[in-house]
Amino acid sequence: MSNLFCSSIGRKLLMSLSGLFLIIFLIVHLSINLLLLIPDGGESFNLAANFMALPAIKFGLQPVLALGFIVHIAYGAILTLQNNKARGNSKYASGNKTKEVMWASKNMFVLGITIFAFLAVHLVDYWIPLQITHAAESVTIGGTEMHNTYALVKANLQNPIKVGLYIIGSLGLAVHLTHGFWSAFQTLGASNGIWRRRWTVAGTVFAWVVGLGFCVIAVAMLLS
Amino acid sequence: MDNNISLTLKVWRQNDAQDKGRFETYKLEAVSTDSSFLEMMDILNEQLIGEGKEPVAFDHDCREGICGMCSLYINGRPHGPDDDVTTCQLHMRKFKDGETITIEPWRSAGFPVIKDLIVNRSAFDQIIAAGGYTSVSTGGVPDANALPIPKPDADEAMDAASCIGCGACVATCKNGSAMLFVSAKVSHLALLPQGKVEAARRAKAMVGKMDELGFGNCTNTGACEVECPKGISISNIARLNREYLSAKLQD
Amino acid sequence: MKLDSKIPEGPLSEKWNNYKAGQKLVNPANKRNLDIIVIGTGLAGASAAASFGEMGFKVKNFTIQDSPRRAHSIAAQGGVNAAKNYPNDGDSVHRLFYDTVKGGDYRAREANVYRLASVSNDIIDQCVAQGVPFAREYGGLLDNRSFGGAQVSRTFYAKGQTGQQLLIGAYQALMRQVNAGTVDMYTRTEIVDYVMVDGKCRGVIARDLVTGEFSRHFGHAVVMATGGYGNTFFLSTNAMGSNGSAAIKAYEKGAAFANPCFAQIHPTCIPVHGEFQSKLTLMSESLRNDGRIWVPKKKEDAEAIRAGKKKPTDLSEDERDYYLERRYPAFGNLVPRDVASRAAKERCDAGYGVGATGLAVYLDFKSSIERLGEDAIRARYGNLFQMYEKIVDDNPYKEPMMIYPAIHYTMGGIWVDYELQTTVPGLFAAGEANFSDHGANRLGASALMQGLADGYFVLPYTIQNYLADDIRTPRMTGEEKEFVEAENAAKAKFEKLMSVQGNRSVDSLHKELGLVMWDFVGMARNKKGLEEAIEKIAAIKKEFWTNVKIPGSDKGMNVELEKASRLADFITTGDLMARDALNREESCGGHFREEYQTEEGEALRQDDKFAYAACWEYQGDDKAPVMHKEDLNFEVVKVAQRNYK
Repeated sequence: MSNLFCSSIGRKLLMSLSGLFLIIFLIVHLSINLLLLIPDGGESFNLAANFMALPAIKFGLQPVLALGFIVHIAYGAILTLQNNKARGNSKYASGNKTKEVMWASKNMFVLGITIFAFLAVHLVDYWIPLQITHAAESVTIGGTEMHNTYALVKANLQNPIKVGLYIIGSLGLAVHLTHGFWSAFQTLGASNGIWRRRWTVAGTVFAWVVGLGFCVIAVAMLLS
Repeated sequence: MDNNISLTLKVWRQNDAQDKGRFETYKLEAVSTDSSFLEMMDILNEQLIGEGKEPVAFDHDCREGICGMCSLYINGRPHGPDDDVTTCQLHMRKFKDGETITIEPWRSAGFPVIKDLIVNRSAFDQIIAAGGYTSVSTGGVPDANALPIPKPDADEAMDAASCIGCGACVATCKNGSAMLFVSAKVSHLALLPQGKVEAARRAKAMVGKMDELGFGNCTNTGACEVECPKGISISNIARLNREYLSAKLQD
Repeated sequence: MKLDSKIPEGPLSEKWNNYKAGQKLVNPANKRNLDIIVIGTGLAGASAAASFGEMGFKVKNFTIQDSPRRAHSIAAQGGVNAAKNYPNDGDSVHRLFYDTVKGGDYRAREANVYRLASVSNDIIDQCVAQGVPFAREYGGLLDNRSFGGAQVSRTFYAKGQTGQQLLIGAYQALMRQVNAGTVDMYTRTEIVDYVMVDGKCRGVIARDLVTGEFSRHFGHAVVMATGGYGNTFFLSTNAMGSNGSAAIKAYEKGAAFANPCFAQIHPTCIPVHGEFQSKLTLMSESLRNDGRIWVPKKKEDAEAIRAGKKKPTDLSEDERDYYLERRYPAFGNLVPRDVASRAAKERCDAGYGVGATGLAVYLDFKSSIERLGEDAIRARYGNLFQMYEKIVDDNPYKEPMMIYPAIHYTMGGIWVDYELQTTVPGLFAAGEANFSDHGANRLGASALMQGLADGYFVLPYTIQNYLADDIRTPRMTGEEKEFVEAENAAKAKFEKLMSVQGNRSVDSLHKELGLVMWDFVGMARNKKGLEEAIEKIAAIKKEFWTNVKIPGSDKGMNVELEKASRLADFITTGDLMARDALNREESCGGHFREEYQTEEGEALRQDDKFAYAACWEYQGDDKAPVMHKEDLNFEVVKVAQRNYK
């Protein structure tokens, strides 16, 4: 195992594993967000959000999640820098006209930056009021007092500009995932001629389900 | 059948490795569309010699698409605007009358320019020297049929082994990565029982050398397999990842 | 000059064993102190250099390419022969030996060919151990196919890229030795002369093609494995860089050049399309299994086709002349290469040729497609058809292919004895560069066999027999006067080339030489034409040395200068070929003298007068070379007329 992460494949392994971890996070996140669509005045959503604020999760899983983000972002930056160096100082005057290459695959870093901006907004809008300053208002459900996360989300998503940004972020995420999903398996070596097609199809479906899922929720909240 | 076209060529000229280099523009009249691209370059050079100028230096040898020597980046694509061909197999009928053609050397930190359109690809030899072989010496080997090899494995090994080492994969890769080249060799040998013996050692040694020589990290864009004149698949890269990671996990 | 072939004692099948039993060896401690220079990294050079390195010698290996993997051995398509007899169809070492001698029209040395056949099986074993992905059957065992000139299936193949795969196997073995530090690799470096010390070859002068600088290299022995000289003709199936300079430099240092006129012309190449054609592309011999060769029966039709007024598909069956099937009913389209080539030339010369230039014949798959279906033909030849379509822009499934013969391989080369040593002590020649195994015509799939046999299994033994006497010879530094003088002479030659500053480009002169060679020393030769060729070549030589134009300087990379120095040697080679062809008053294999043919136009050997290898000794730049004979004695093979009717 020594110096595995000093090698190019090792660094890619970190990207792959952190990416897959973040994909799992996205599944959980989307699942909870879908509760927003249940017409119960936000009760289910608030319960789920409150569950996520349990100390075990807050202090046990959140740092892991943060680490996942940090590794993915840091290594994304390192790899991009190294790759620019490997490309050399001279660029092609005639550009690159290779066809059949997925646009996303060549722009993962840029897409990553849009997602990062999205993440930053999320932290300001939700994480800080809910978990740091506790400035968010409270609600009592089943005898337990908790933050009214639903109200916070709803307030944020009444703003069409925020919804617009949310949609851009979600679509950026979807495009990022169209390449990121199958690429993670390729990097793990879990791919061949047959599985590559399977992962690509699964990845594309997953990416747009996640991306559009977030969009649909945002629009529904705006319209409700 | 005799179709002639006129061309404007923008060609990279660089005296030696230290020179900064620049583009120069040349006009070429009446080039037969039946000519190969390199024959067009020959015509250009005859013209330049006639004018008392130095001809354009470019790598080429077998001119039938197997030696891997030719290496021109033409109008935004390594080996030019045709699929599954090397530069020497590209023909002028792929170009229009009056077209401007930009001709550049492979560009990558791993392939420094030697002169004009010639680059130094000795890094590939160094990667092979690091472990791209089976450690058997001449003589004392078992009978060729002593070890049956499933036909699908042999065929897949052959597909990987058809790499000609031209470097188009590195040239087109936005990351300047040599993973397709390395994975083709690792796959070729790992698929055969003769090479499987030292597969772990080979994968580690070759990837280590590749990294050391400053090639970039693969981000699975797949541009390499599109431009590979021999159609080598990036499934080989997945296999290399597998071989390398399992080798490292055993350390 | 003394030509001692050093054929070992004993019956033919025991000669190699007897040699090995009696030869001298070098112990491991001494091997470390012995240097071997290997020039060339093709099948013969790479396999020899790798083997020497494995044995413990210190090796310096030179190539003009950017990597040893690019040598032109890589372009061989068909396969490699071996007497494994895996298909159980009656093959044996003896049969492979016999076929090779017969295929060579009885102009090869029996003992060498027998050794070649007997080590052929080891080659396949070695390559498989290296990981060469030969084609296999579903049972996992190796597949074989058949090739011209044999009645058995003994050809091992790796798709249509056998040469590439064998070369990569040898290249990998070589790079392993580079990694181990036993072989020093010099790429983009050309050997410009040999260094002779006390009558022995002791080193080389090299020129770095990137910097233009010269360097001196010492070796206790030198092996040249630089391929053939087919590019004398300018247009050939050889690579652009393939050249005969290392052979000519050896010849000028006293190595005899044997049978230079034996050049193989391959019948199935894509025809010349225009003045700027740079090389000819071979279409595999295997196409003749299913393709039928024809030209129009009537001259008017041929003329109409040439003028573009008619298409080949307009001609009905009885308007076509399937001349090979007509002339050789027994072998039909599968006659050997030399016979098929001459027959195509005969039809074209008579005015029946097709294509814009009239120098092409049709290779038609129509009846095979009708019989087997397009899919079956695609499965067999798909990649070749695609290659043809890329080059010619015609669809061979719909229209017949056009083909014409082209220079492909040179059987002649530097004379070597049984040990592969030239007449210069300490200088060895291997692979296509030597003359030893193919006589006057080479069979398909035998070139790869010979290159690897020489490099893996012959030289590693025979060179020890030479080096065993050299264990007390200390390494030289390269400062000795012989090295300095050789370097100065080489530098002077390049300076002389640069100083001409005339008006003709190197290529224009080379094309002129090529045309003379093709017209007079090509597929059909005669006394008058050859005499004329010698004069014309002398005129080209004069023109070259007074009017060649080389732009740039001799410092740094100068491709034109490289080409010029090689052309100077091709001119010497062309002259030798013409002289040898003039001397050989018979027709055999690739050498066809119009004066010596049967009434039906077939080659007529003169065994009583020419059953010898003609070995040419250099006498000086402006003097005619002197010919010596090595008589060929056939103890086992029964010499007979080849008959394909």
